[in-house]
Amino acid sequence: MATLTKASRRDFLKIAGTSVGGLVIGFNWFSCDSPKVEVISTEEILAQAKSFNSYLSISPSGDVVIYSPNPELGQNIKTSFPMVVAEELEADWEKVRVVQANLDTEKYDRQLTGGSGAMPHSWEILRKAGATAKFVLVAAAAKTWNVPAEEITLEKGIISHKGSGKSGHFGEFVAEASAMTAPEEVTLKDKKDFKIIGTPVKNVDTKEMYTGKPLFGLDFYREGMKHAMIQRAPFGMKIKTVDESAARAVAGVTDVVTFGTSVAVVGTSTWPLMKAKKLLRIEYEPDGTVESTTDHDRIFTDLMANGKAEVKRSDGDVNQAFKSAAKVVVAEYQCPFLAHSPMEPENFFAHVQADKVELIGPTQTPDRARLAAAEITGIPKENITVELTRLGGGFGRRLRADYVEEAVHVSKAINGPVKVSWSREDELTGGAYRPAVRYRFEAALDVEGNMIGYKLRGVGMNEANSTRPNNFPCGAVENVLIENVVHTSPITINAWRAPVTNFLAYAEQSFLDEVALEAGKDPVQMRLELYEKAKSNPIGNTDYNVNRMIAVTKEVAEKSNWGKNPDVKQGISVYFSHRSYVAQVANIEMQGGTPVLKKITAVTDCGMVVNPIGANHQVRGGIVDGMGHAMFTNLTFENGVPKQKNFDSYRLIRLKEVPEIDTYFLDSGFDPTGLGEPALPPTGGAIANAIFAATGRRLRSQPFIEQKEFSDIKLEIRRA
Amino acid sequence: MANFNLKINGKSHTVDVEDDTPLLWVLRDHLGLVGTKFSCGIAQCGACTVHLNGNATFSCVTPVSSVGNGEVVTIEGLSEDGDHPVQKAWAEVDVAQCGYCQAGQIMTAAAFLEENPKPSMEEIDNAMNRNICRCGTYHKIREAVALAAKTN
Repeated sequence: MATLTKASRRDFLKIAGTSVGGLVIGFNWFSCDSPKVEVISTEEILAQAKSFNSYLSISPSGDVVIYSPNPELGQNIKTSFPMVVAEELEADWEKVRVVQANLDTEKYDRQLTGGSGAMPHSWEILRKAGATAKFVLVAAAAKTWNVPAEEITLEKGIISHKGSGKSGHFGEFVAEASAMTAPEEVTLKDKKDFKIIGTPVKNVDTKEMYTGKPLFGLDFYREGMKHAMIQRAPFGMKIKTVDESAARAVAGVTDVVTFGTSVAVVGTSTWPLMKAKKLLRIEYEPDGTVESTTDHDRIFTDLMANGKAEVKRSDGDVNQAFKSAAKVVVAEYQCPFLAHSPMEPENFFAHVQADKVELIGPTQTPDRARLAAAEITGIPKENITVELTRLGGGFGRRLRADYVEEAVHVSKAINGPVKVSWSREDELTGGAYRPAVRYRFEAALDVEGNMIGYKLRGVGMNEANSTRPNNFPCGAVENVLIENVVHTSPITINAWRAPVTNFLAYAEQSFLDEVALEAGKDPVQMRLELYEKAKSNPIGNTDYNVNRMIAVTKEVAEKSNWGKNPDVKQGISVYFSHRSYVAQVANIEMQGGTPVLKKITAVTDCGMVVNPIGANHQVRGGIVDGMGHAMFTNLTFENGVPKQKNFDSYRLIRLKEVPEIDTYFLDSGFDPTGLGEPALPPTGGAIANAIFAATGRRLRSQPFIEQKEFSDIKLEIRRA
Repeated sequence: MANFNLKINGKSHTVDVEDDTPLLWVLRDHLGLVGTKFSCGIAQCGACTVHLNGNATFSCVTPVSSVGNGEVVTIEGLSEDGDHPVQKAWAEVDVAQCGYCQAGQIMTAAAFLEENPKPSMEEIDNAMNRNICRCGTYHKIREAVALAAKTN
């Protein structure tokens, strides 16, 4: 198994002269000293271009336009999807323009961003889109030149026939080729011949992002549109009375609209609305239960002891295993609520008219947005369009259509176009959250320290799957019981980057560390022993491929010099989620009695890496995200309202708080899987296990800095 | 409501707004300069960073009435064709994930390097710590600032 080298500075410099096409990007942008050249706009290219399929059009000039259907929120899909199409087409990447496709369920399936699923879902579809277009271009050239198609070769958008010495660019064959019928089945390239996939290709929106062009939903403006901001009810409350007189009196406010438990102030610009919203006098009354964080702690304790559980997995005879155990290890883990807090707060534009609806903005699920609008307005979905902007982060928040629904309600009420914008306070208090959860783990060990029994009981909120029944160490332990208890809360919960596993992984990987300690085993060695059991004598179903688990574990041990330096205290965490495998080791050095978190080493197996820049970004970003929330972030409720209302109290990780992160990728030969989520889950466990190794303090709750075990640990984070 | 004459990106603009209107919303809603981003509104994240008389300034808490004759530079006016050394470094390092915070990051870095053209990595860390990136592109941000300092 080959290890790819680390992305080096040279990789970046090597491609510094390569530019990529976005909507208005100039080809010579990176070589700014050279004279300016006139650049044809993508619109002009499209006006001439012929469509080959849903993904690509080619103009007579040889310019290629590739449509990227999935919402781009920073996972780099708008660059990596077109790379796959261009690869099979044998296109010249410098002549490729990328266009964000709008919602079109006829042309595209799974047009959403979630579950790290886009690349595995579309890998073959994208390759075929490029390959079928290539097929007809070759056929057209063969016909024009009257030569056998199999003698034709392609490279960087040039079609050649060696025997006759003829050659021409794609554009010369577009008219003929686009009229041909593409075959259903085509031969795809051998992976070893890839020229674009696997190379560091830069983000296609680079210039727009760094020069402040309107790219994001919040940047959208249309002449005549109104702005709206909304006051939402505390969770578990409904509106009793509304006094809108003071809000209406603010200059620039044109309407106040009440719908459901929300009150919208509408006007001509944003600032007056922020002021007017504060002047709304709304009296609420309970509508069922109203919860605070203290209630959740009590409910968790009660349900952990007495709640009715649903059994998710049962292997062997757990009771007998624990009865015969030489040693039993028990630990409980708990996490807080979290908001998604994308840097771009929720917003959406809607224009509801008599027989149609226009929706524009940032959404991870454009089809859900459309269906929601159809339901509210009664207008058939065929008459509803959804235009996708770039998303200023998502983290799962924009899987929900609540803020789209708001825009539709307000547009309908005022009978005109409107953009609803949320403030940061709205995002933190009126949103949808990663729910708090509590887990209890129990392990039964025999006299030799082997795990003979394993129990996991999760108490979750509003979801029936707070545990995962097929995760490691399942498969390696003969007697297993995994069960869930559910508490129904009025607080809206929502998928949050790596749903469930964003905390479950930390709990599982920390508990395994506790078991290794009690068993007197090295945490890496214990994992390898368990993998061997899962491999030679698997118990029940598992989701993970044990060989890939072994490979990333061994590789991360090697790359991190596991256990080699007594002055470096290390914690390991290995996790399979969303089809990818990520192993991480955190290094803490004791410097004059102070523990210093210096480095996290990550080894990832996501199959083939499509774009090393994007892959590195996702792994590092996932680690920073996982670390930040494990260490610092907490959202608590008081009477149905979050107490942390902005970034002054809702603490996000900052630049000085990240250690060095070394990333490695294993080429396991598999097709590519997603990376938006899988690097996040293992991080908390790696850090917590390293903190234990360094200080003897076991952190079983997040955020770490608020735990009493952490209170006298002066952990520093330094890269050098 | 009152008229304010503002100098933005070398041009003068007149807007008729309430005097407590933050510069951020004047730029975004009244002048269509949407490169300056809204995120927290309370000077915590730096997405709204502009230059006011050369200083990196949180435009979300800067009332328009306090700007006076100050020279305002936004991301749109940082360079003519996106060729400011910081923008070029950002492109070369390929810093962004979602990209939403990056204009503010670039404006913070540009003002910082103007003041301290040859910074140490520690000085870079201190300067850039005022901007939040929710995607966690921090490694690349410091790499890009260092590269811009080298090539400036």
